[in-house]
Amino acid sequence: MADESGAKRSPLLTPFNMIAGIIVLIGLIITAIRFTGGLAAVTNLSDNNPWGIWIGFDLLVGVALAAGGYVTSAAVYLFGMKRYHSAVRPAILTGFLGYALVVIALNYDVGRFWRLPYPFIMQQGTTSLLFEVAACVALYLTVLFLEFSPAALEWLGLKRLRNLIVKLTILLTIFGVILSTLHQSSLGALFLIAPSKLHPLWYSPYLPVYFFVTSIVAGLSMVIFESTLSGRYFGDKMDDVHKEEANHVALGFGKAASLVLAGYFIVKMVGISTANTWHYLNSGYGLWFLVEMLGFVALPCFLYAIGVRDKNVKLIKWTSALTVFGIILNRLNISLIAFNWHLPSSERYFPSLMEIGISVFLVTLGILAFRFIVTHMPIFYEHPDYTDAH
Amino acid sequence: MSISRRNFLTWIGAAGMGSVIPKAAKAATNKHFKGYEKSQGVLFDSVLCVGCRSCEAACNKVNELPIPDRPFTDKAVLDETRRPTSKAYTVVNKYPNQISKKETLYRKIQCNHCLEPACASVCFVKALKKTKEGPVVYDPSVCVGCRYCMIACPFEIPSYEYDKVFTPRVMKCTMCYPRIIDGKLPGCVEACPTEALTYGKRTDLLFIARERLRKFPHRYVQHIYGENEMGGTNWLHLSGVPFKQIGMREDLGITPAPQFTSGALSGVPIVAGLWPVLLLGIYAMSQRKEKIFKEEKEEALEFALKTANKKAEDKLSAALTEAEKTKEAAVQSAVKKALEEAAGSEPKEDS
Amino acid sequence: MDGAINTLHEFMLHTENITYILVVISLVGITAFWRFLTDRDEE
Repeated sequence: MADESGAKRSPLLTPFNMIAGIIVLIGLIITAIRFTGGLAAVTNLSDNNPWGIWIGFDLLVGVALAAGGYVTSAAVYLFGMKRYHSAVRPAILTGFLGYALVVIALNYDVGRFWRLPYPFIMQQGTTSLLFEVAACVALYLTVLFLEFSPAALEWLGLKRLRNLIVKLTILLTIFGVILSTLHQSSLGALFLIAPSKLHPLWYSPYLPVYFFVTSIVAGLSMVIFESTLSGRYFGDKMDDVHKEEANHVALGFGKAASLVLAGYFIVKMVGISTANTWHYLNSGYGLWFLVEMLGFVALPCFLYAIGVRDKNVKLIKWTSALTVFGIILNRLNISLIAFNWHLPSSERYFPSLMEIGISVFLVTLGILAFRFIVTHMPIFYEHPDYTDAH
Repeated sequence: MSISRRNFLTWIGAAGMGSVIPKAAKAATNKHFKGYEKSQGVLFDSVLCVGCRSCEAACNKVNELPIPDRPFTDKAVLDETRRPTSKAYTVVNKYPNQISKKETLYRKIQCNHCLEPACASVCFVKALKKTKEGPVVYDPSVCVGCRYCMIACPFEIPSYEYDKVFTPRVMKCTMCYPRIIDGKLPGCVEACPTEALTYGKRTDLLFIARERLRKFPHRYVQHIYGENEMGGTNWLHLSGVPFKQIGMREDLGITPAPQFTSGALSGVPIVAGLWPVLLLGIYAMSQRKEKIFKEEKEEALEFALKTANKKAEDKLSAALTEAEKTKEAAVQSAVKKALEEAAGSEPKEDS
Repeated sequence: MDGAINTLHEFMLHTENITYILVVISLVGITAFWRFLTDRDEE
C-alpha cells in the first residue's frame, strides 16, 4: 500500500505542494521580519487596537475549531456512542494540531514570547481570565498530546507505552472536557472586562456560555467538515469501518449540531432580552448581527435538520462548512468587527497583508502536518496489531 | 462603616490581638471596598486649562521620553485629536465650545489611576499594580506583552512599544510615582502655570472640587468626573460643559472593573467541581446501559436457544409418538390381518 | 502589606489564589474518590 501511494504521489511538484511550498516560504520570510523588526514591522496593531487577527483568528477561531477533539471523545467514551469510534482519532488529531498552532501563533503575537510561562513560574495574576485560559490551554495541549500519542506509538511500534496510555483514555477524556469547558468559555469571558468597547448586541454577561455552546457546534461541524475533506483526499488511507461509519457520523453529529444551534439561538435571544438591547437591531450593526444570527445560526440549524430528516449527507456536509464559517464570523465579530465600534473609522483596525500571511502560513503548516500524520500513522484505519482496545 | 471598622481595628489592636485581624478584616470586607484611604490624586479643572502644553513638555522631560518631532510650543499640534502614546504619557486636546463659540476648551489626557484598575485586574503576571499611594504602576520585568491591559482599559490609556523587537513595554502615566515617593509633585502638576492641576490626597481633592462647584455653580457642570466612574479614579476632572463635549465618555458607569469578570471567574471552580460528577455520572450510566444491553442480549439468545430446543424436542417426541402410533397400528393391523387370514384359511381348508 | 484588604482587586487576588489551589486539589481528590467508589464493582 505504501508503495502504491508513493508511486501515486511520486512527482513531488504537485500543484498543492507547490502552493504550500510558496506559502511556507513567504511565511518564513515574514517570521524573520517579525522577530527582527518587532510587531510594528509586520502588523497594523495600534494603541487603540492591541489585538488583531493573530488573536481574533489564530487564537479565538483556532481554539473553537479545535473543539472536535473533546466533543468526539466525550460522545464516544463517556456517552457510549461507540458507532462514532472511527471519528475519534481524526478529531483528536485535528484538535491537537489546532492547539499546537494556537500556541505557535501566540509566540508571534506577544511582545516577549520567551516569557509565556511567566504567569505560572513568576507571578500568578489569578484575577485575569487570561490566566485561566493560559493554564487550561497549556494543560489541554498536554492532554491532547497524550490522547493523540497512541497513534504515533503504534506507528513507532512502542506497544507497552501505547497500552499504558490507552488505559488512561477515560481519565484523559474527562479532563479534556473539563479543561475545554473552562477555557472555551473563558475565551468569551476575556471580553467581559470591556463593556464600553464591545457593541451591546455582542456584549453580554452570558459571553462565556455563548463561547462554550458555540465550541460544541464548532467541534461537531469541524468533525463533519474535516471528514468530508479527508474522504476526498485521503480516501485510500481509510479502512472499510471508517468509510462505513462516516455517514453515521455525519447524520449523528449533524443532528446534534442542529439541536445545539437551536439552543444557542434561544439563549442569544435571552441575552438581547435581558440586556434590553432590542433597539440596537435597528442599526447598521443590528443588521450585521441579524446576518450572523439568521444566516449563520438559524440557517445552518434548519439545514442540518433537513439533512438529518432526509438522510441527505451531502447537505449536511455543505452545512458543516457554512457553520464553520459562521463560527469564524462570530469570533471575528466579537474580537475585531464589533470591538471598538465607538471609534471613528480612521482609528479602526484592518489586518496587514503580513498578518494575514502568518495566519495562512500557520493554517498551511497545520494541513501539512495533518497530511504527514494521516499518511504515516493509523488515523483513518485500525493498525492490524492493535484492534483489541476498542 | 469604615469608621466603625477602624475603631474596631484600633480597639482590637490595643488589646494586643493584631495577628488575628487580617482574617477578620478580610471576612468582614467582602461587600464593599473603599480603596486606599490616604491615596493621592490630581484634580484637573478644564475650565482653567489654556492648552499651553507645558504639562506635556514637563512630562516628556521628567519621564525621559523621546523628544517629539514638533516642539511643545507648537500649538498647531492641538488641531488634531490625539491620545497618549508610548512616547507621550499625556496629551492635551482642543475641543470647540458648543455653548459659547468664542472660547476653546482643552482637556489633558493621561492615566486616571483607577481605584480598581481594569488593567491590573486583567494582567496575568501582576505587572500592573495599584499602589497604596494612588498611582497604578507597571513592572516591565515580568510583562509578557499580551496587551490585555490595553483591551481592558475603559479610558484607552496604555500604549505599547510595537517598534521594539526584544524589549517592548506597555507605556503609561505613573503619576510620577518615583517623584511623589520622594515628596515631589508630578511633573505636569509642577509645570502647570494656571493651577488647572492640583495634587493632593484624593479625599481633599474631592472636597476642593465640591467647593468649586458650590462657589461657582454657573461655571461648572455639577459633576466630578472620576468620583464614581468605573468605581472611582484618583485623577478627578471638572468641566464647564458636559464631559462628552471634551471627549470624555459618560457611559462608563460606576461598576469597578473587577466586578465585570468576578461572575465568570467564580464559575471556574464550580465547573471544575461539578463537571467530574456530571461526566462520571453519564459515563457510569452509559456503562450500565451497555451492561444491561449485553445481559439482555445474552438472555434473549439463551431464551431463543431454549425455545428452539424445546420446539425441536417437542417435534421429535411428537414424531416419535406418531411413529410409535403408526408402528403399533401397523403391528395391530398385521396381527389382525394374520388372525383374519388364519381364521379365513381354516374353513377354506376345511371346505 | 499590613494584611488588611483595601480593594476589590486585592480581595479577588486573595480568593482566586486559594480557589486555584482548591481546584487542583479537588480534581485530584475526586479522581481518587471515584476509584474508591467503584473499585469493588464486578467486571
